[in-house]
Amino acid sequence: MATQSEKEPNRRDFLYVATGAVGAVGAAAVAWPLIDQMNPDASVLALASIEFDLSSVEVGQSVTIKWRGFPVFVRHRTEAEIEEARAVPLDALKDPETDAQRVKEGHEEWLIMIANCTHLGCVPVGESGEYDGWFCPCHGSHYDTAGRIRKGPAPKNLVVPEYEFLSDTVVQIG
Amino acid sequence: MSHKSNYQPNSGFEKWMDERLPIIRLGYDSFVDFPSPKNLNYFWTFGGILAIFLVIQIITGVVLAMHYTPHADMAFNSVEHIRRDVNWGRLIQAAHANGASFFFLAVYIHIFRGLYYGSYKAPREVLWILGVVIFLLMMATAFMGYVLPWGQMSFWAATVITNFFSAIPLVGEGLMVFLRGAFAVDNATLNRFFSLHYLLPFMIAGVVGLHIWALHVPGNNNPTGVEVKTKSDTVPFHPYLTMKDLFAIVVFMIPFAWFVFFAPDILGHPDNYIPADPQVTPPHIVPEWYFLPFYAILRAIDFNIGPIDSKLGGVIAMFGSIAIWFVVPWLDRSKVRSGAFRPMFKWFYWIWIVNFIGLTYLGAQPAEGVYVILSKTATFYYFAYFLIILPFLPRIETTLPLPASISESVLAKHKTEAAE
Repeated sequence: MATQSEKEPNRRDFLYVATGAVGAVGAAAVAWPLIDQMNPDASVLALASIEFDLSSVEVGQSVTIKWRGFPVFVRHRTEAEIEEARAVPLDALKDPETDAQRVKEGHEEWLIMIANCTHLGCVPVGESGEYDGWFCPCHGSHYDTAGRIRKGPAPKNLVVPEYEFLSDTVVQIG
Repeated sequence: MSHKSNYQPNSGFEKWMDERLPIIRLGYDSFVDFPSPKNLNYFWTFGGILAIFLVIQIITGVVLAMHYTPHADMAFNSVEHIRRDVNWGRLIQAAHANGASFFFLAVYIHIFRGLYYGSYKAPREVLWILGVVIFLLMMATAFMGYVLPWGQMSFWAATVITNFFSAIPLVGEGLMVFLRGAFAVDNATLNRFFSLHYLLPFMIAGVVGLHIWALHVPGNNNPTGVEVKTKSDTVPFHPYLTMKDLFAIVVFMIPFAWFVFFAPDILGHPDNYIPADPQVTPPHIVPEWYFLPFYAILRAIDFNIGPIDSKLGGVIAMFGSIAIWFVVPWLDRSKVRSGAFRPMFKWFYWIWIVNFIGLTYLGAQPAEGVYVILSKTATFYYFAYFLIILPFLPRIETTLPLPASISESVLAKHKTEAAE
C-alpha cells in the first residue's frame, strides 16, 4: 500500500464525505413531506373570491360574512360615525391611517374589514368600546368607527381585505 | 442508580433474569430499597400523586378516544354521545376533564415545594429542568385536549393560542397557518390536535422516566436542605414512603372524586356547551383556571416596548414567565438550600405565592379598570422575585444555623416535643 500524507484527503475520505452528504440530502427529502403536510391543503387553498349584495344592509347595521374561513364585518356607517372617524388626528393613532385610506372613494359609508382582532384573533363586539367602534372582549382592545386600534394590546388596525365595488350595491371580496 | 445495589436474586428465575436484563434489580433499587431522607413531609408525596394522575389521564384518554370523532362537524356531538350514551361514559369523561385540573393542582404544589425548599439547587439542576419540560408538555397537552370538544371556548382558545405564534416577526404569520393547516382554525386544526393530544402524554411519560432517573442520582432533597450524610439519615423507600405516598394519594382522591361524581362541570365554562362558531367570540373568554396566571401576564403587556409591539411583548412575557424557571438554579445565589432557614426569603416566597394566586384571579377578570393596573403590578413582582430577589437577597440575608445532619434535626424536634 502506498504511503499517503496525513493531511492529503484520499479517496476514502471523499467517499466518506460524499456518503454522508447523500444521506443528509436523503433524510431532508424524507422529512420535507412529513413537515409540509401540515400546511394548508389543496381544498383549503382552492378559495374563490366572494360577492356580496350590500342592498340589504341598512344604515347603522353590520353583518358578518365568511371569507377564506375568516369572519368579515360589513358595516353601513352612519354620518356621525364617519364624522367621528375623520375628526381623529393621525398622531392620536397607534397605527396611523386616515379614514379615507380604509374605505373606497365614493363609498365612505361602507367599512369592510376582517373581523379578527389583530391581537390574538377574537371577533370584536360592534358598537361598543370607548371609541364607539369595536371592543375585543378577549384582551380589551378598543377600535374606533374606522376600525383603527385606539387602546389595548392589539398592534394594528383591523385588516381591510382586498375588495372592489362591482356596482353601487355589490362588492367582490378577494 | 447511584447508591450501591443491595438486590439479592433469590429464585432461579431471578438469577437467570439478572444476568440477562437486570430489570428486577432496577425496580428493587429504585422503588423498594432506595434510601430516602427520613424527614420528608407530605409535600414530598406529590411526585407519587402526579405519577398516578398521568396514569389516570392516559387510561381514561385511551378509552375516550374509542368513542370520540375528531371532525369539526361531529366532535361536539361525539362528546355529548360519550356523556349520554356510552356505558359509564359520563364518569370516564368527567374523570378525564377533572383529572386535568387535579393534575395541574398537584403539579403546582410540586413545583412550589421545589421553590421553597430550594430543590432546584446543585446537584439537582437537571432534575428541575426536566420538571419544567414536563410542565410545558403538560400545558401543550391540556390545551389541545381542551380544543377537542369543539365548543365555543375550545374554538376560541385554539384561535387565540395559535395566534401567539403570529407575533413572531417575519415568519410568524406563516408559522401560524402551518400550525392551523388553514388560514383560520378549522377541521384540519382539530384533526392534528387530536393526533398530538394522543402523542404528547407518552412523551411526558418518557420525560418522567428521565426525571426519576435524575432524582435517583443525587437522591431526594428534604425539608432541611442538608444532604444525606449517613445511612441513619435515611429509610428505605418501601414500605416507609410507598405507604406514605399511598395515603396521600387516597386523601387527594377524595376531592377529585367529589368533582367527578357531584360537580363534573363546575370547573368548565357554560360557553363550551355552545358548538364552535367562527363568526362569534363569546363576550368573556378565559382559559381553564390552571392557565389563568399566564393569561394575566399576557394581557398585562398592552404597551409597546421600543421596537417590540404590545402583542409580541405579551407573548414574550407569557412564555418568559415559564422559561425563567429553567434558569432559577443559577439565579438563586443563596448557599443555604432550604427556605426554612432563610428568614427574609420566606416573606418574599409567600408574597410570590399570594401574587401567583392573585394573577390567577386577575386572569379571570375582564381586561379593564383596576384589574389592568393590578395585573401589571403582579406581573412585575412575578419577574422581580426571580430577577432581583433570588440573586440579590443572599447579600443582605442572615440565615439561621443549619442542623449538622437530618438525624440531628429530627431528634432535636422530638426533644422539644417531649419537653412540652
